[in-house]
Amino acid sequence: MHNQEKASFSPYGDCTSCARAGCNCVDCKCSMKIQGLTVEKKDGYILKDVSLEVTHGEILAIIGRNGAGKSTLLKAILGRIPYTGTISYTSHKGEPIVRPKIGYVPQNLVFDRTSPVTVADFLCPNLSRFPVFLGHRKEALEKAGAILGKVGASCGLLKKRMGTLSGGELQRVLLAFALEPLPDLLLLDEPVSAMDRKGTEVFYDLVTSLRKEYHMPVLLVSHDLAHVEQFATSAALLDQTVLLSGPVETVMSSPLVEEVFGIPKRKREQNGNHL
Amino acid sequence: MEIIYNWMDWLLPFEWAEFTFMKHALLAVLLVTPLFGLVGTMVVNNRMSFFSDALGHSALTGIALGVLMGVDNYLLSMLGFSLLFALLMSGVMGSGLSSADTIIGVFSSTGLALGIVLLSSQGGFAKYSGYLVGDILTVGTEEILLLAGVLVLVILLWVLLFNRMFLTGMNPDLAASKGISVRLTEKLFVVIVAVLVTISIKWVGILIINSLLVLPAAAARNIARSMRAYHVYSVGISMISGVTGLILSYYLGTAAGGTIVLTAAAFFFVTFAAARLRKS
Repeated sequence: MHNQEKASFSPYGDCTSCARAGCNCVDCKCSMKIQGLTVEKKDGYILKDVSLEVTHGEILAIIGRNGAGKSTLLKAILGRIPYTGTISYTSHKGEPIVRPKIGYVPQNLVFDRTSPVTVADFLCPNLSRFPVFLGHRKEALEKAGAILGKVGASCGLLKKRMGTLSGGELQRVLLAFALEPLPDLLLLDEPVSAMDRKGTEVFYDLVTSLRKEYHMPVLLVSHDLAHVEQFATSAALLDQTVLLSGPVETVMSSPLVEEVFGIPKRKREQNGNHL
Repeated sequence: MEIIYNWMDWLLPFEWAEFTFMKHALLAVLLVTPLFGLVGTMVVNNRMSFFSDALGHSALTGIALGVLMGVDNYLLSMLGFSLLFALLMSGVMGSGLSSADTIIGVFSSTGLALGIVLLSSQGGFAKYSGYLVGDILTVGTEEILLLAGVLVLVILLWVLLFNRMFLTGMNPDLAASKGISVRLTEKLFVVIVAVLVTISIKWVGILIINSLLVLPAAAARNIARSMRAYHVYSVGISMISGVTGLILSYYLGTAAGGTIVLTAAAFFFVTFAAARLRKS
């Protein structure tokens, strides 16, 4: 089913109802471009001259061994560490975006689970300027409920405390958090590591359909090659720099990937697509 | 002030409220406790309770510097030093060279020891030992106005910046993804805590100021299930313990600061028991 989805999806839009105001879906130009990104620490380079581009409709997977610099790349994109080089964003009209909004879905949200924070408390700062410690505006709550519905969660979650959510529920809430305000880039960091197989498929189906509706480039960091093959449209092999990038089939069947991950493609398939 | 005194005489026809110093103390408590309740929730949420403790300790060095420079009002020297101290401490913590609790421990003891050394070199530490336990009965009119100003300012900042600080405390990466300047927000919060601790240290005392910041929020956390409830309970518990502690201290003849903290501690244990009962 997923392969069908991928085949029928043309990168220049087959949607009729983009959620972005004024977006002409046929020639949407939204993209994110990294040029010459370098991160240096005392004992050497963590990332050196990384260049990547994710365009409209694309799901670019970053793969690489542990310590290849995947999480450093994420931190740089989020602006949490200093770097040299440029990261630039282009809107659907082809104009540069100065202050991009990033929809970031982390691997597992590190937060204090005993904290008295409800899902509504967590989502509403994105939807309204009304300070959360005074409560919530009705409009913001309705909006939060609608977004939860969009990511396949019930709006009954709003009253639940963040610390009591299951892995799957938390991941949906994080996706809902990422989607508002509309992001210029969706950044997924091992988004399904806390989910079972079924939850994983539902999550990726959701991302695929959201990508059509919102028209944003998607960057996926994953060590699960099976997921990458199934859901990404292109891939880049990272080890301090980009060793290889291109359409997902090309990258996945290259001997380099085989070398880094140590398992030939045929074997991976035999093992039920899981590493 | 006269109008307020008359109101208080009419509202509070009790023995303890007859004295002007008690009226001042009550006003100060009513102004400072909501501040502690409000800011304390974020101190506890961001796991900064030892950070604010170290800030309290550094006030002693601030006083010593004031003495050395020969100023009468130590507020400015304390404020200056604790701001410097707070930013330095959070800068060292941001470097990631040592774990946060180690760095706070180092700064906390340095701030306290430096204060003791400097003050004792000026001919006797005993003169300043009052700062250790504080005395709320010495609050004057000017200081009440200062507290009122700070209360208004903090409420204003909270309305404008709370969401940002909340998300930053929850997860800095997520906050950064929404375009929030994490570093600036963290520094701003540190400055607010430093100012709050410094202006109230004279009346609450170096030894217990942190309890007043942490206890109401910790008690509220036991029973709250949302951010609004958390803040309502925290401010409520802070104000009730403040007023109750002050009145109790009058009749028991004990130090007001300590009595207030003990009342807040009682709230903590009661809410803790309530939470345990609800769970089982």
